Amino acid sequence: MPVLELRNISKNFGAIRALNGVDLSLDPGEVLGLMGDNGAGKSTIVKIIAGNFLPTGGEIFVDGEHVQFSKPLDARQKGIEVVYQDLALCNNLTAAANVFLGRELKRGIGPFQFLDHARMIKKAGELFVELKSETRPRDLVVQMSGGQRQAVAIARTRLTEPKVVLMDEPTAAISVRQVAEVLDLIRRLRDAGHAVVLISHRMPDVFAVADRVAVMRRGSKVADKLISKSSPEEVTGLITGAIDVA
Amino acid sequence: MSLDARQAKPAASVAVESVLGNKEKTIFQRLLSAQSFWVTIALGVMVVVMSILQPEAFSSWDNFYNITRNFAFVGIIALGMTAVIITGGIDLSVGSIIGFVGVATGVMLQAEYSWWLSSLVGLSAGLLVGLVNGYLVAYLNLSAFVVTLGTLSIARSLAIVLSGNKMLYEFGPDADIFNWIGGGDILTIANPVWLLVVSTIIFAIILNQTAWGRYLYAIGGNEQAAQATGVPVQRIKLQAYLLCAFMTAIAAVMLTGYNGSAINANGTGYELRVIASTVIGGANLMGGSGGAYGAFIGAALIEVIRNSLIMAGVDSNWQGTFVGSFIILAVLLEQVRGRRRD
Ligand SMILES: Nc1ncnc2c1ncn2[C@@H]1O[C@H](COP(=O)(O)OP(=O)(O)O)[C@@H](O)[C@H]1O
Ligand SMILES: [Mg+2]
Repeated sequence: MPVLELRNISKNFGAIRALNGVDLSLDPGEVLGLMGDNGAGKSTIVKIIAGNFLPTGGEIFVDGEHVQFSKPLDARQKGIEVVYQDLALCNNLTAAANVFLGRELKRGIGPFQFLDHARMIKKAGELFVELKSETRPRDLVVQMSGGQRQAVAIARTRLTEPKVVLMDEPTAAISVRQVAEVLDLIRRLRDAGHAVVLISHRMPDVFAVADRVAVMRRGSKVADKLISKSSPEEVTGLITGAIDVA
Repeated sequence: MSLDARQAKPAASVAVESVLGNKEKTIFQRLLSAQSFWVTIALGVMVVVMSILQPEAFSSWDNFYNITRNFAFVGIIALGMTAVIITGGIDLSVGSIIGFVGVATGVMLQAEYSWWLSSLVGLSAGLLVGLVNGYLVAYLNLSAFVVTLGTLSIARSLAIVLSGNKMLYEFGPDADIFNWIGGGDILTIANPVWLLVVSTIIFAIILNQTAWGRYLYAIGGNEQAAQATGVPVQRIKLQAYLLCAFMTAIAAVMLTGYNGSAINANGTGYELRVIASTVIGGANLMGGSGGAYGAFIGAALIEVIRNSLIMAGVDSNWQGTFVGSFIILAVLLEQVRGRRRD
């Protein structure tokens, strides 16, 4: 049974039709590369799965169960974690505060709940070490490099054992060495049984880690095939429209 | 952790210790980069200079009592304003809320209701304005500047209508206790000063030690990010405006007791002094920064300067010029510091 399934999902923003009857399914432990030109609708798919937008039409299933996400917390509770394209970080907060934003660790004193700074800093530090990132939990995000910011965004997904991790352009703003680390991380997630959706403009990344590639063009899915049965040339053709469907 | 820990740990290029081991430096740096720290020093310098120039008049207990009481009202409101400004909002209606709450409380007292029921009605009147502000800003996404400019006008007009444009001063059977709450003192410190001190401590805890406080900063830093990660942005923003109105209403009830009367013009121009206090204390009008201590010390600095100018024989009508210049100066300072960071 697929861990995540979209059936006939569409999304309108006023007069703009961003998604047009998209079907997509994802098996446990599978890495799906999602490709397409700017404006093809990739981020919109991510945001619908993550509970940021309700779809205009269509259905979502997690482990076969019909779900409706009206807010990000709903999706998270079903085991879906997201690394957003714009990383969704607060520059004025520390790395640790960003990692735990929205699910702070607390300790109770009487009837009151206070932030457990020490435990959050320690846990965030451990996650950064695990990600082999030299990010320090107490540093403000505003002072950080692209790679460190990426580590903060990814560390967030490691707070729980998610079923699905959605990564929207995780390698867009970072150095070559850091790209290799992110790809390594995706492999480790897969080996641990998590399903990953990797959105990327970079053909080599997708062909290095994905099992399957889906191509979006102007709001529709035009291809969905095993990496071993496709080629960078074919995918490029599908993205640009030189190849109609495959 | 189902990631392969055995593989991940030895290969790690950094150890947990080095990741965690930079605490002292950060605290020292944070102190030096905090505007409230420099404002405290400026305040200290002012106090020393004035004590030398005017040893009798300035450093008397009476003057200390007056200065602290005068900035207590502004400081209490500045705490609430800080919560709003941290989210990137603004509340221009606080001065009018003072007038509205004072009159609502006064009308009740004049009708011989008890001090606590009258105060409760006053607080509710303030919360009502806060609810309108918060709802329109948080849920209908209207500009905070425009909304609270609107309620600035509405609340003041309601105060005038409700008071029949008359001064209310016959406070009924509970007049003594009501006037004591706002105008009396405990252990030779004015009651509003006690409230300011306690509120500052509570706000410092809320802002630094609770998830609610952290969400204010997150919203001010990047509202979309806060929303995406599951922060209940709209509810928190609404609550910030409610909190600001609540602090204003408490200050207004006490101010009414201190004055022993309610007039609809009460609190006119307070918004400026309150906003100036928070900004001087280090709150950024773009949102994302500010603190309880900053609001306290900002209010104190403005009052000490005002007091000093009066003692130096400067006409009190110049006050607005100074307060206004201070806001601009503080914002300028913030921008210069921001530029240096980039
Ligand atoms: N919040 C929004 N409001 C209006 N239009 C949007 C919004 N988000 C995306 N769109 C539109 O939907 C289309 C798909 O965008 P997006 O999913 O971001 O594409 P991609 O991530 O593939 O580059 C674009 O035409 C974009 O302008
Ligand atoms: Mg995108």
